[in-house]
Amino acid sequence: MLKKVILISGGAAVGKTAVLKNIIPLLQSKDIALSVCKIDCVATKDGLVYENMGIPSVVGISGDICPDHFLVSNLPELYHWADEKTSDILLIETAGLCHRCSPATEKMTAGCVLDCTSSCQAPAQLGPMLTYADFVVLTKIDMVSQAEREIILWKIKDLNPSAKLFTIDGLTGYGAEGLADWLGGLSKEENFDDDILRHSMPSGVCSYCVGEKRVGSVYQQGVVGKIEF
Amino acid sequence: MHKLIICGGNDKYGNSEGIQRLDLFRGELYTIVGNTGSGKSRLMKDIEQLADHDTVTQRRVFIDGKQFTWEERQEQSLHFVAHLGQNMRFMLDTTVEEFLNLHAHCRAKEVDTNEIIFQANQITPEAIMPNQSLNLLSGGQTRALMIADIALICDSPIVLIDEIENAGIDKEKAFALLLSKEKLVMIVTHDPHTALMAKQRIVMEAGAIKQVIQRSEKEAAIFEQLSKEYRKQKRLQNAIRNGEGVI
Repeated sequence: MLKKVILISGGAAVGKTAVLKNIIPLLQSKDIALSVCKIDCVATKDGLVYENMGIPSVVGISGDICPDHFLVSNLPELYHWADEKTSDILLIETAGLCHRCSPATEKMTAGCVLDCTSSCQAPAQLGPMLTYADFVVLTKIDMVSQAEREIILWKIKDLNPSAKLFTIDGLTGYGAEGLADWLGGLSKEENFDDDILRHSMPSGVCSYCVGEKRVGSVYQQGVVGKIEF
Repeated sequence: MHKLIICGGNDKYGNSEGIQRLDLFRGELYTIVGNTGSGKSRLMKDIEQLADHDTVTQRRVFIDGKQFTWEERQEQSLHFVAHLGQNMRFMLDTTVEEFLNLHAHCRAKEVDTNEIIFQANQITPEAIMPNQSLNLLSGGQTRALMIADIALICDSPIVLIDEIENAGIDKEKAFALLLSKEKLVMIVTHDPHTALMAKQRIVMEAGAIKQVIQRSEKEAAIFEQLSKEYRKQKRLQNAIRNGEGVI
């Protein structure tokens, strides 16, 4: 029976895959059976990375659809798939995109990966992905000063006081043990029925969501937002 | 905090570390030496994380012999240990003065930013200005400000420094500043002068501490010799930087 679903979300190139690559062997050494799902918009080779680590993996390419909406639409099937693979833990890596949505649900353990080298203002721009996270992983910690690391951690705590904080150097794996220990020790979820999103997703479905290319008000239908000047 | 205790783990091949227990004290300077890949950075990381049988080395690190729970270690490691790495840069888009105030605010401290900048300027030859943009500081200015910040804003009693030689700053003054604040300073180095600056040096091999060497009297004399040469080098460096002839 699937015991836990762990969501790893974060912007593009913050080190989500690096974090997973570091914690997977540590979780495996605890005799935990894993499977991984990677969501992306265009072709990704990340699936191969996980195959090479000897764990069942599936890649979901969202194409023209918002990858976070796409992920939520596929969750029941994903839970079922991981269960069939007799996994204890399903790890889901999201596409690194707009930060507006967070596909985290109540029954997942939701993590947000944040890159130290992005602006100190970055945490505030992440919205529900950060504020609703159960844990936050700060990456590239070897590249900024001690002081800035403290400032970023302080800002994260301010935005989400209850999240567990981890700092990891994804290249060398320093700090991964703490995260793996914490994830490995989480209590199991009884079932994944009637799951619900932690935060509603913004509406899409305008003309451009369905393939319109022409620019101009006459071509815009559905939910259209305009800047107030 | 009074002292840091390291209990030996294993090397890369699973053999026991050369020491069983090592006690390190506040206000003292220690150097870590060894070839690349010998485990110097890993030792620093074990200390930074207050390792407890849960890293590849299986080392244990205690503060004053106190055992922390996992939760406490996550909370406390930043409180006890400040780290100055080789690749660190300032990324924050703000001025030097605002940055220092922001950091002090995070640590819930009142600080005199002018004093910190003054101390940083003792270490670097190019003066740092309060209204300068933080991420436009030169390499030397950056390192100097990081050291002054660690000395005067961070309460962390332990300071870990990676190869300070490349930074183009006055290392003697930098260490003196940190030690004047009763820090326990550990420096990874390949430079013989820096290595001999400490009364004790930790020698790494194959991922483990091979031995801890006390500086002998003969070595102390060699250190004095190297110090003279270091100062001479500095004078020549300054002269060349200023476009002066050196003969």
